Amino acid sequence: MKKYVLDLKVTSTTRPHERYVLLKLTHENPLPEMLPGQFAELKVDGSPSTFLRRPISINYIDRERNEVWFLIQMVGDGTRKLAELKPGDRLNVVMPLGNSFTVPEVKSERVLLVGGGVGTAPMLYLGKTLVDAGIKPTFLLGARSAKDLLEIDLFQELGDVYLTTEDGSAGEQGFVTQHSILTQQKFDRIATCGPKPMMMAVAKFARNSGITCEVSLENTMACGVGACLCCVENTKEGHVCVCKEGPVFNIDRLLWQI
Amino acid sequence: MADLSVNIAGMQMKNPVMTASGTFGYGLEYADFINLEDIGGIIVKGTTLKPREGNPYPRMVETASGMLNCVGLQNKGVDYFCENIYPQIKDIQTNMIVNVSGSCPEDYAECAARINELERIPAIELNISCPNVKQGGMAFGVTPEGAYSVVKAVREAYKKTLIVKLSPNVTSVVDIARSVVDAGADALSLINTLMGMAIDIEKRRPILSIATGGLSGPAVKPVALRMVWQVAKAVQVPVIGLGGIMNADDAIEFLLAGASAIQIGTANFIDPTVTVKVAQGINDYLERHGCKSVSEIIGALED
Repeated sequence: MKKYVLDLKVTSTTRPHERYVLLKLTHENPLPEMLPGQFAELKVDGSPSTFLRRPISINYIDRERNEVWFLIQMVGDGTRKLAELKPGDRLNVVMPLGNSFTVPEVKSERVLLVGGGVGTAPMLYLGKTLVDAGIKPTFLLGARSAKDLLEIDLFQELGDVYLTTEDGSAGEQGFVTQHSILTQQKFDRIATCGPKPMMMAVAKFARNSGITCEVSLENTMACGVGACLCCVENTKEGHVCVCKEGPVFNIDRLLWQI
Repeated sequence: MADLSVNIAGMQMKNPVMTASGTFGYGLEYADFINLEDIGGIIVKGTTLKPREGNPYPRMVETASGMLNCVGLQNKGVDYFCENIYPQIKDIQTNMIVNVSGSCPEDYAECAARINELERIPAIELNISCPNVKQGGMAFGVTPEGAYSVVKAVREAYKKTLIVKLSPNVTSVVDIARSVVDAGADALSLINTLMGMAIDIEKRRPILSIATGGLSGPAVKPVALRMVWQVAKAVQVPVIGLGGIMNADDAIEFLLAGASAIQIGTANFIDPTVTVKVAQGINDYLERHGCKSVSEIIGALED
């Protein structure tokens, strides 16, 4: 897929949460084709301690409005700077980068999308892509607390949504891997993104249940295009770049001890 | 349009802008962003005789105005390069240069001999300055004797333009430069990364997997510029300057300090189109100063 450097224009910026910003951006020309699970490298201006671009997953593509959405957790100075953008500002973006989650060809496949924390972000566009492909996704989304669960109304438009929170303030109390849906329903495929311990627990459940499972990794990266070899994950084929051969990996390729 | 062409020890380049090894893959990774043929040369990822897995993750940490890396020369070996990569890059109409590394002079020489057979590779850049491998790499580049021995061995095996990349992690870069030229180097490139370190204070552990790494980016530019200036005055062969070049102004500083060409490395990560912007910016500078050719500003510091 051809990659682009684009000066996108901010159409809206909202704070759905004290630690998150949702940036919606557009361009004069139609946005390039982008696949669920792919990411972009966002240039950060005006932050003295930020040197590299910030890799951010694609949250959603609104084709009617020609918008790409990024749901960004404010972690350091770079992401906080991105949160200061205002409508009309320009943001230099390299995209689309990386591979994508598999969209099954068999429409009857039962696909479970598991997201934790900010890892729920790519699940929205994956869910939309699955719906467009004639597959009804099921979402299992986890967070610390009810206020940390974002875009739930949008997920509910796409499929059944099950929630867990660590404090029990929404959905079932506990971690996503403890949710009753996992024992009540059968799934053929799981796609997951979130904190690594969560993804490892999901991967373990999938392996033990004989379910195909893809995880989205977020190793620290520089170039984003497979040139610098900084973001490698050790796999059965040796070190491979998460930015180019990932970020999405079938768990059978990885050397995770699960 | 000024004449941007330069000649590095017999290798003709359309402009003095090259890409630094390890920051531009094999060029193909950036083909969506720029016309690769608009830059003077592309130095592809470090290649060794045998495949190398490199160091474990984490390999990179961002620092103030730069980054540390300890990739450790991950590559699939020279045979893989010759059979799988070379056919993909040989028709790109620019100077495709292979960065060669090794763990002993014999390995360097054998790897260089293999590259010598590749018709469309006009030069190699000998890496005697990688700070991230235990054996070889920088170990050769930090003493005049070590540098001499490996360059001498490669010179006998390699007939085309031989560029040697120098380490800044030395007491006297000029002494190393002279030794390398005595051993038969056609040109020098400097600087490789400066050895550095970062610590996670919560875990009380080094962030990088092998504790130390090479610092690159604008943080190192003044050090690089000083070394290029010193070496260019001391040797008769062309010097290629690199280290933290982010824009045309930075590149022009290196040219004025005596570099006949420059390499852009880490800046490619921030702007994948930076190389062509720098070439254009050098042209604009030359026109603004009434220069017909880039050669007029190489080493042209006022007294």
